[in-house]
Amino acid sequence: MNRALVQRLGFAFLGLITFVVVVPILLVIGVIVARGIVAINWQFLTTMPHGGMKEGGILPAIVGTLLLTLGTALVAVPIGVGGAVYLSEYARDTRLTRAIRLAIVNLAGIPSIVYGLFGLGMFVLFFRFGTSILAGSLTLAIMTLPVIISTAEEALRAVPQEFRTVSASLGGTRWQGIRTIVLPQALPGIITGVILGLLRAAGETAPILFTVAAFYLPRLPSSPMDQTMTLPYHLYVISTQVPGMPLSIQYGTALVLLALVLSLNIVASVIRRHFRRKRQW
Amino acid sequence: MVAPNSTQGAVERTAAHRTPASSYAGREPKIRIEGVSYWYSRRQMLNGVTLSVPDRAVTVLFGPAGGGKTTLMRLVNRLNDLVEDTQMTGRILLDGEDIYTPGTDVTGLRRRVGMVFALPLPLPGTVRENVVYGPRLAGERNTSRLSEIVERSLTQAALWTEVRDRLDAPALSLSGGQQQRLCIARSLALEPEILLLDEPTSGLDPISTAKVEESLYALKKDYAVVIVPHSVQQAARIADVAAFFLAGELVEWGEGPEVFTAPKVKQTEDYITGRFG
Repeated sequence: MNRALVQRLGFAFLGLITFVVVVPILLVIGVIVARGIVAINWQFLTTMPHGGMKEGGILPAIVGTLLLTLGTALVAVPIGVGGAVYLSEYARDTRLTRAIRLAIVNLAGIPSIVYGLFGLGMFVLFFRFGTSILAGSLTLAIMTLPVIISTAEEALRAVPQEFRTVSASLGGTRWQGIRTIVLPQALPGIITGVILGLLRAAGETAPILFTVAAFYLPRLPSSPMDQTMTLPYHLYVISTQVPGMPLSIQYGTALVLLALVLSLNIVASVIRRHFRRKRQW
Repeated sequence: MVAPNSTQGAVERTAAHRTPASSYAGREPKIRIEGVSYWYSRRQMLNGVTLSVPDRAVTVLFGPAGGGKTTLMRLVNRLNDLVEDTQMTGRILLDGEDIYTPGTDVTGLRRRVGMVFALPLPLPGTVRENVVYGPRLAGERNTSRLSEIVERSLTQAALWTEVRDRLDAPALSLSGGQQQRLCIARSLALEPEILLLDEPTSGLDPISTAKVEESLYALKKDYAVVIVPHSVQQAARIADVAAFFLAGELVEWGEGPEVFTAPKVKQTEDYITGRFG
């Protein structure tokens, strides 16, 4: 077979695979938008549910998910980025650090329901935080940490070693080199990891099942010790637990969750592009 | 720990070592390297190197690749501290003080001993930011002081007239030769006492090379300049003191003109005349 033909067949095959990957995503988005858009109006987004959740809006679920995501970020970002800086810039290659890295990789593979049960035992019961936004945020943060640490470490390692050497040769301490050169250069990659982790946290149901999520709570939380409704759990409830729920509300809720996640994603790529333009290698 | 060339010219070398660099002999050396050996993960990079570097002169470290020139330089500003799994014996004295004494202020030492690398390595950011990077880390905040530093350092590095209107342009927008002079300026901004240059012109065209060498002539009035040249020709052009390294050993050193016109050791002569290396 001649090489040009092989090449063309190869491209066709790879193109087909790409198509197969993209189609389900487009279908999911398309169906949810088409069926959910009718439910979306100002009232749906800004009022409490009532009438057995078959009427009214989903405001507490939206607010709850936003608060949980924020709480997760507040806990997971400093710890995750700090851990990544330590692993990439300070830690020597010892048996201990290899064990830590192995633990991080394995944490990323633990099923989310296990995190949920861990959160229940650790934060809800042992620390007596009760079913609360605090307990839920901590649980989600622990689930998110491996993603943040490993992507941030990757981003830090991608910064050329020479920058650190130059900084040191100009009388910079190790931390000064990290603060002035390495971290700013790694920022786009770190942000990507943070957002990926947070997006996963925002859409999770299992970890919040026992730690924060309320079945039906038509008011806004007033403290971190409150329970709250959340979008993923609300979606699960109205899809499986409430008979006679109008389809449009189910799809509408899914659409709101999807839009929230996608808009976070867009914000992330704008930030990323902004910082990447400043980068020069 | 095997000295790879222990059989070659041991007698000659000892004789060469004893010969002092005459007109620098009376002066107190700026850097005194005493019996330095260095291992990197069991591989010996330097073997018993003893050498004096005079102040206000250009000292050239030359020889084939892998001879230990760069390694020796990085020991003088303790940049090799960043490398793991190494071992050193011997002493390095700066103005008579051992820089490897426990408790030495390493960042302070690196401010006194500037270094320029083989490839121009501008930091991310503008021309100005590159020059003031070191002084800022050292705590200089005064903007007018910093502006003075920028003009003085860039002038010393023979770059000021070319970039005075582009101080806020990205450092990477400069040509390769300009970038390398920017890196020299960046080191000079800290007002070091010693300037180490590791093949600073290896990536440059002849005209840029000439400009960098020109700035070196101006610099040796104030600094002890130590340079690994990128060719024997360059070594011969600029050396006040020359030291020939081969496989981790200092074969011969002395005043530049003597080493290049009347080398005492056959290996030096072979290298200079191009018979090997």
